[in-house]
Amino acid sequence: MKPSFPAAARVALQDAQLRTNLAAATTTIRRKRAAVIEERPDWEELREAGRAIKARVLRHLDHYLVQFERAVQSAGGTVHWARDAPEAGAIVAAIVDATGAREIVKVKSLTTDEIRLNRTLSAAGIATVETDLAELICQLAGDEPSHILVPAIHKNRFEIRDLFRVELGLPGLSEEPSELTAAARAYLRRKFLEARVAVSGANFAVAETGTLCVVESEGNGRFCTTLPQTLITVLGIEKLVPAPEDLAVFLQLLPRSSTGERMNPYTSLWTGVTPGDGPQDFHVVLLDNGRTRVLADEVGRPTLACIRCSACLNVCPVYSRTGGHAYGSVYPGPIGAILTPQLVGTHAAGSLPFASTLCGACADVCPVKIDIPRVLVHLRARVVREQPGAERFPMRLAAWVLGSPRRLAFAQRAARISRGRVPGLGAWTRTRDLPPMPERSFREWWE
Amino acid sequence: MRVALFVTCLNDTFFPATGIAVVRVLERLGHTVDFPTGQTCCGQMHFNAGYQPEAVGLARAFVSVFADAETVVTPSASCAAMVREHFSYLADQSGDGQLASDVAALVPRMFELTELLDRLGVEDLGASYPHRVTYHPTCHALRLLRVGPIPERLLRAVSGLELVELGGAEECCGFGGTFAVKNADTSNAILDDKLAAIARTGAEVVTALDNSCLMHIGGALSRRGASARPLHLAEILAS
Repeated sequence: MKPSFPAAARVALQDAQLRTNLAAATTTIRRKRAAVIEERPDWEELREAGRAIKARVLRHLDHYLVQFERAVQSAGGTVHWARDAPEAGAIVAAIVDATGAREIVKVKSLTTDEIRLNRTLSAAGIATVETDLAELICQLAGDEPSHILVPAIHKNRFEIRDLFRVELGLPGLSEEPSELTAAARAYLRRKFLEARVAVSGANFAVAETGTLCVVESEGNGRFCTTLPQTLITVLGIEKLVPAPEDLAVFLQLLPRSSTGERMNPYTSLWTGVTPGDGPQDFHVVLLDNGRTRVLADEVGRPTLACIRCSACLNVCPVYSRTGGHAYGSVYPGPIGAILTPQLVGTHAAGSLPFASTLCGACADVCPVKIDIPRVLVHLRARVVREQPGAERFPMRLAAWVLGSPRRLAFAQRAARISRGRVPGLGAWTRTRDLPPMPERSFREWWE
Repeated sequence: MRVALFVTCLNDTFFPATGIAVVRVLERLGHTVDFPTGQTCCGQMHFNAGYQPEAVGLARAFVSVFADAETVVTPSASCAAMVREHFSYLADQSGDGQLASDVAALVPRMFELTELLDRLGVEDLGASYPHRVTYHPTCHALRLLRVGPIPERLLRAVSGLELVELGGAEECCGFGGTFAVKNADTSNAILDDKLAAIARTGAEVVTALDNSCLMHIGGALSRRGASARPLHLAEILAS
């Protein structure tokens, strides 16, 4: 079982290099985002449109999924339904096996990270090459990604130089970003040209037309979705939008929220198979893996509206100090703190809903207006119900004391006699003094 | 106007001077202040910590104590936000229709102190506080109540007060109620940056609309022997 958030955070907080990298990176992205949102007077309307479209999709997901399946099939693609990670992994492995390929290229995809696809394929004797620069860095380093959008946010260029020198066999490499990028580019070009199979995720999938959409910055997604003969796209069932025109809303919301750009460099859209052009064998794997459970819970449901922009990570006071690894999930930060416990259950991620000060900065920046603090509090209540911790007794006692003004007045007098020395406050008084106890309470003054 | 004061359990117990300051400020403006003695707590701590049934009980008591009040004022942005933003959700979740309608009736009458002063058209309270002060906008004042520039406007009108801007003001201080204890290390890491920003202002006093956040900030200022000290904004306005 993964360590709890407080324990993992303690380790991360001791890493001074990590804290410096994180502070620099999150502050930069935050400023860029604020600047490009400032210039859109209709930003609130766009957010409301995004929220409303996603709410409609989630309410009628059964309808849109079937519509999407038919559209993909009639455009020459094959649709597979996967209940969970093992099913999805087995489907992808079988498709790759049928082509005889032993190595595949991948576009950055959180969904495939969620189902640990690389591990499943590796067990089946199939090697995967991550083609997003930051994902490649993580893969070569044997690290887990630590940010949704900037997976190697925990590494600086000196660390990357040292990694490439060893892993790519380039002993003379400098830490100049352009040189590091060129090294990765040369390595990846060869992989793109050799690959017979690619695996991608999808940012959006259009129910009406069966069109898939991948948004990226490096062109690796364009290579992966056009060069190989076989393309497999794995996506969560919540990624649907009803019609092509809905993309107009999300393709404005996403780049501004995520990278602070007006438009992302590469937006790839494709529908099924086009004879003689691009992949001739196209598969879609629709993944549930806990999503229908989230859908069934009305308070938690808006979590599925997330478009994985990561704006909430960059503004979060917790994430920007601890980084992503402390969350023990491919979905870190505030969105991870609500998504992970819902996908895997509170027994496996019960500390995550508490990894927030409820400051609300995440809800303010969310492009689809997910009220993350509300869902956090909702999940906290679930954790308390399902696995009450040691604080249950003092919390119940406090509720009993506060349940009557006479009991409160009595407790105030008792606290004064003990001069505020209440057991269980060690975590507070280790770094902070308690305020001095006043001569009398307000209610005593009033009387 | 008759104003019912919800002092909050924290202020009642630890910071009575803040409640007294609210009474003085409102009386100076010619209003009558009531203190319904049946009051205890809005349930925020229990709600935020996941103790929903306990929070519902406290919310029921709250709406009954303040049922007849014309206007309710509280010197706490987070408690005002609890009543205004979360009571109706609690009522819906518990399926208590009576609570839902009581809450709906109460919410339009519930104000944080500076919100009420702004509504009353107050610009200058005649206060005098000759000190260098910085203002920390607490998260619930900033993002739930959205009080905006009201507190700073009131501070600027205080005679002798030098208001210095706090760097990274909109960032949380790391308190977060039980978060400060459950995730003490992360809470302290966030607090470190807030303390550094306060130190850079050279302020003698850091003020805010919530004594809970100030207790967290002030507790660390005191432990580290820093020169700045915390003081609730109501107490500056009453001086």
